[in-house]
Amino acid sequence: MSNALLEIQEVKKHFDGVHALAGFSCNLEEREILGLIGPNGAGKSTLFNVMSGFLPCEGGKIVFKGQNITGAPPYQITSQGISRTFQNLRLIRQVRVLDNVLLAFQNQPGERLWNVFFRQGVCLKQETANREEAMALLREVGMAEKADDPAEDLSYGQQKLLNLACCLAAKSEVILLDEPVAGIAPEMIEKILRIIQELPGKGKSVILIEHNLDAVMQVCDRVIFMDAGVMVSEGTPEEVRNDPRVIEAYIE
Amino acid sequence: MEYFLHILILIGIYIILSESLNLIAGYTGLLSIAHAAFYSVGAYVAALMALNLHSPFLVNIICAIILSGLLGALVGIPALRIRDDYFVIATFAFQVITFSILNNWVSFTGGPMGLPGIPPPTIFGLAISSHLGFLLLIGFSCALILWISHRIVQSPFGRVLKAIREDEVFAQAVGKNVAAYKVLVFIIGAGMAAVAGVMYAYYISFIDPTSFTVMESIFIISIVIIGGAGSLWGPVIGAVVLVVLPEALRFVGMPSSIAANMRQIIYGGLLVAFMMWRPQGLMGKHTFQSGADSK
Repeated sequence: MSNALLEIQEVKKHFDGVHALAGFSCNLEEREILGLIGPNGAGKSTLFNVMSGFLPCEGGKIVFKGQNITGAPPYQITSQGISRTFQNLRLIRQVRVLDNVLLAFQNQPGERLWNVFFRQGVCLKQETANREEAMALLREVGMAEKADDPAEDLSYGQQKLLNLACCLAAKSEVILLDEPVAGIAPEMIEKILRIIQELPGKGKSVILIEHNLDAVMQVCDRVIFMDAGVMVSEGTPEEVRNDPRVIEAYIE
Repeated sequence: MEYFLHILILIGIYIILSESLNLIAGYTGLLSIAHAAFYSVGAYVAALMALNLHSPFLVNIICAIILSGLLGALVGIPALRIRDDYFVIATFAFQVITFSILNNWVSFTGGPMGLPGIPPPTIFGLAISSHLGFLLLIGFSCALILWISHRIVQSPFGRVLKAIREDEVFAQAVGKNVAAYKVLVFIIGAGMAAVAGVMYAYYISFIDPTSFTVMESIFIISIVIIGGAGSLWGPVIGAVVLVVLPEALRFVGMPSSIAANMRQIIYGGLLVAFMMWRPQGLMGKHTFQSGADSK
């Protein structure tokens, strides 16, 4: 019996005969930053999609805090404490940055119509509290002054940060980050990496998919190199970086 | 004077219809072509109950809302499981089926002959039969529907609806049960449309299936789009414009046979013009779009 926070056991998923995940297993410990690297098509994003319930799991199981969450719909997985970001950004572009963060709070009384009409006091109180917390989160990621701007006016890097802020607002214990620094200016990368590094201190565990090896080496406690839907090697960032199979895949 | 009141009453009925569709299509991004069907459910439930059971107005309107809401659930639960385009087709099918039932079940609905002689409503012992009385009743209903819509869209519930419209996947990723929200808003919209149907049936005192065709659904959609989808006052302005505009044709001396066709041409022309040059409508801030964009 292992007591990892999150256990991924022999997870399988295939697309038209291609085994995107061919029995992938790994554990995530509490307050750990786990890096997931590998060539395009290795199954990294597929793993996130299966874990977050956006794709069906065809075999194996996913256990979170001792509970089997395999096959649960996305909203349940998020409300249980696993949030994710997307490789291509997903935000509500036409509404304010602050509203994007507010949306991510879980179990809001104002999301129930009964409360909207008959318990308005409770809704307003919670909304005010959430608003303050959302502003604090935006300050944490250095975007407080953008709170009232439409999300679509943010730079690409800021939008990625906003996605991360949403994961924090959801109070998830596990945060799955899909390429958080891809396509972003160097100074912004530093900022995002710093924020990621601070996550374990706040009780969060992170799985990070990233092609930028320097970023992975900088923030991760442990790295998994995967290819063709399975784990190829695992270890500290240095060990994995020096693994000949990894060198071969990345330098060719 | 009565003519003027008649126009105001019609505007009121269309405000209820378009505001309720606005919740479904404007705020949540679900393009439903079934709105006239829910409108007809309200009208027929009220008419049949008033004629056969002689039940009071308030009982009839509550039954109409509940029945229409239940039908909304019956249609919405399967239809909302499928993708956007197919949802449009599913609602279209429901619209056509409802019309066929009203038109062919002669022994129950009167078929094409309709249901004549609906008695005037009595509310708390007060009989409403004058135009002014109806205007007050419908004005009150309008205000109530607007207030309810306002409450919904300003709440965290409304925030989720807008999120579903903008990006369904994101809404799911931040932990929202998207399917449940969609069904719920569809039921609310259906119930509200029934209110308009009840008002119409009592006001005209005669209903037949031709008032509830797919053309009527499209007319309601036009009001929402031209007024401004996803804005509270958009459908109000849209209803005023689209009800008054064809009436204005009468005053330029156009014979009624031509005016009827002109009306269709004007709606079509306006819809195309707005989609091309002002897709956010007269009042809206958001470009109308059906469902989440698949970026």
